[in-house]
Amino acid sequence: MLDKEGIAKRIAKEIKDGYYVNLGIGIPTLVANYIPDDVDVILQSENGLLGMGPFPFEGEEDPDTINAGKQTITKLAGSAVFDSAMSFGMIRAKKVNLTILGAMEVSENGDIANWKIPGKMVKGMGGAMDLVASAENIIVAMQHVNKAGESKLLPNCTLPLTGINCVKKIVTELAVLDVLPEGGFRLLERAPGVTVEEIIKATAGKLIIDGDVPEMIV
Amino acid sequence: MNKVVSGADEAIRDIEDGSMLMLGGFGMCGLPEKCILALVKKGVKNLTCISNNAGVDDFGIGLLLHQHQVKKMISSYVGENAEFERQLLSGELEVELIPQGTLATRCMAAGYGMPAIFTPAGIGTEVAIGKEVRNFNGKDYLMEMAFDADFAIVKAWKGDRLGNLVYRSTARNFNPVMAMAGKVTIAEVEELVEPGELDPDNIHTPGIYVHRIFQGENYEKRIEQRTVRKKPL
Repeated sequence: MLDKEGIAKRIAKEIKDGYYVNLGIGIPTLVANYIPDDVDVILQSENGLLGMGPFPFEGEEDPDTINAGKQTITKLAGSAVFDSAMSFGMIRAKKVNLTILGAMEVSENGDIANWKIPGKMVKGMGGAMDLVASAENIIVAMQHVNKAGESKLLPNCTLPLTGINCVKKIVTELAVLDVLPEGGFRLLERAPGVTVEEIIKATAGKLIIDGDVPEMIV
Repeated sequence: MNKVVSGADEAIRDIEDGSMLMLGGFGMCGLPEKCILALVKKGVKNLTCISNNAGVDDFGIGLLLHQHQVKKMISSYVGENAEFERQLLSGELEVELIPQGTLATRCMAAGYGMPAIFTPAGIGTEVAIGKEVRNFNGKDYLMEMAFDADFAIVKAWKGDRLGNLVYRSTARNFNPVMAMAGKVTIAEVEELVEPGELDPDNIHTPGIYVHRIFQGENYEKRIEQRTVRKKPL
């Protein structure tokens, strides 16, 4: 089974040289720590920055330089700053190659819910609806089951949707799965020490297993 | 031409109960903190506030919420404010949550003189309820209307008395698009300079969009999430 860092590490392998990548809040933010040195990527932060750098050194925090999670960050040589309309313009125009975000639920046809629990939690969708509506390549980083032990990979989402037919890949503490265009989660890899039976048990939506499922290399 | 006013109190003098305001900033970053304090002091009520976030409990728009000065918030993300969530869940506060890109682009449309935009954000979700859907090249888009705000209140790094503005780093965020979108636009700046001191090639908001400008003193510039790493020895 993977911890959060492990999920981030596995997702980092999906990032290709030359990509512009948008990382959501939570586990996706950790992905930046595991991008190999020989893979040249530029991180987009939707509050208006291309070329997001690491956290500043202690004492060098700049309140004017933050990421979309409101964390203090740094700019890099070659960074570019722009306004919010342009930021979502480049997202809508599909200039950003990969979007990695968290989710509360994903359905077997690629619908995603991650912004609202009616009557309980209302944080808002932030940029997630814009990102999932336009990005061509969306990877979801999340736990396979929720705190109550219920599967988050469902036939249909039960929570209010963020977007429809958009998630392409899911990485959880148990597995890597593709969301097929015709519907269904195709099991690609098992986390170290996790059996196919455990994944079947934790997946409520249609799970497709073709032959032997390799253990992932993290 | 001189758009300089004495300070925040004069800048917001004609904001009245029931006004619709746009407030720049992303979280605490690039927030027009002086004008917000002046609005708190003035005590105007029943405001509709268009702003990406709702502040934290004791800073930014959170201060207006605490005094129940806000009737309606139009935002994309309000997760940082417990009082906001309480007022929302109890029904005291009306809230329209909209996608962040839609929010920015509805401002932009107003500033560009366009009545509406089409965006795929929100298709198939509750955001789409009651809105016109148009299909272009096989993909569905929602029609979203340009905002029509009485006042836009923005924060810039530098500005001159003609209203030309320059923002600093990611404190730019919503400020330029909101500056373009107000019937009356108020800019507070960290440094007011003379015309000619700003490079015309590097103006982010041309002064034509700005009606009032003043220099604020002692910006608090609060940091919401202070994240750092250790300096290598």
